[in-house]
Amino acid sequence: MSEHAADHAADIDRHVKVYITVFVALMALTIITVAISRLHLPVHEAVTIALIVAIIKGSLVASFFMHLISEKKLIYAVLGLTVAFFFALLFLPVLTHSNGFWIH
Amino acid sequence: MEIPYTVEARPDTGLTNGKIGIWLFLASEVMLFGALFASYILIRTGAQTWPRGDSILNVPLATFNTIVLISSSVTMVMAWASLKRNRFGTFRIYQASTVLLGGVFLVVKYFEYSHKFENGLFPSTSNFLALYFTLTGLHMLHVMGGMAVNAYLWGPGAKLWKTNPEWFTNRVENSGLFWHFVDLVWIFLFPTLYLL
Repeated sequence: MSEHAADHAADIDRHVKVYITVFVALMALTIITVAISRLHLPVHEAVTIALIVAIIKGSLVASFFMHLISEKKLIYAVLGLTVAFFFALLFLPVLTHSNGFWIH
Repeated sequence: MEIPYTVEARPDTGLTNGKIGIWLFLASEVMLFGALFASYILIRTGAQTWPRGDSILNVPLATFNTIVLISSSVTMVMAWASLKRNRFGTFRIYQASTVLLGGVFLVVKYFEYSHKFENGLFPSTSNFLALYFTLTGLHMLHVMGGMAVNAYLWGPGAKLWKTNPEWFTNRVENSGLFWHFVDLVWIFLFPTLYLL
């Protein structure tokens, strides 16, 4: 095996260790999500905690399994634009609905 | 005609065409599910009362399915890593596991849906169930699509490994990106529908 190939193999081995660690973390967070739901917290607290745990889990999947932690700038730009439109999509209808902000 | 930039990166983007293509597609998918999540928020905040998911849905089954889908994401990324390590036999085992785990997810969903229908619970029964069936139904279609592509890359599509292994590895990476996205959507659907 050439030196370059050996470096490459060692690099992938390191990646695999990270994948296993992320897998364990995702399993633990899934159990935490279910355990918290059993506490029957008030809706606002329950939604906040569930969202925080889901965002952590989602970030782990996106960062390590989807390799976003070390991607090219163009992909970050595409995703940045997507996130901006996603939040606009999510919150504009809520604003129009809840207090008539746009209606009056 | 040869497809350009399947293995080497395009100089202006720094990416293969396949990779930028799958990310643009995933961006459109975010908007698709985003529209449905926005509908969920609107309908839920506008409702006088809203049932807790666990009073209607089966949380243990959904928890099991969450574990299944997360496991399939790991087997998917391990399939790609196996190709990077030049171990085609190991790739096949991980890729087959990914497809099988997707199948397990669908079987569990089938039992969940059947149980609802037997109890007279349909999308027309309530807003909660309309959202539940729409969101999980669309997600299931994505699982089926991902399984079809992964099964193709396990079977007939794997011939490419013999002629152009780097291109094949990139294809597996791209199909993996879609599969992880499907997992990611479920990570948000699970608490939203079942636990809150």
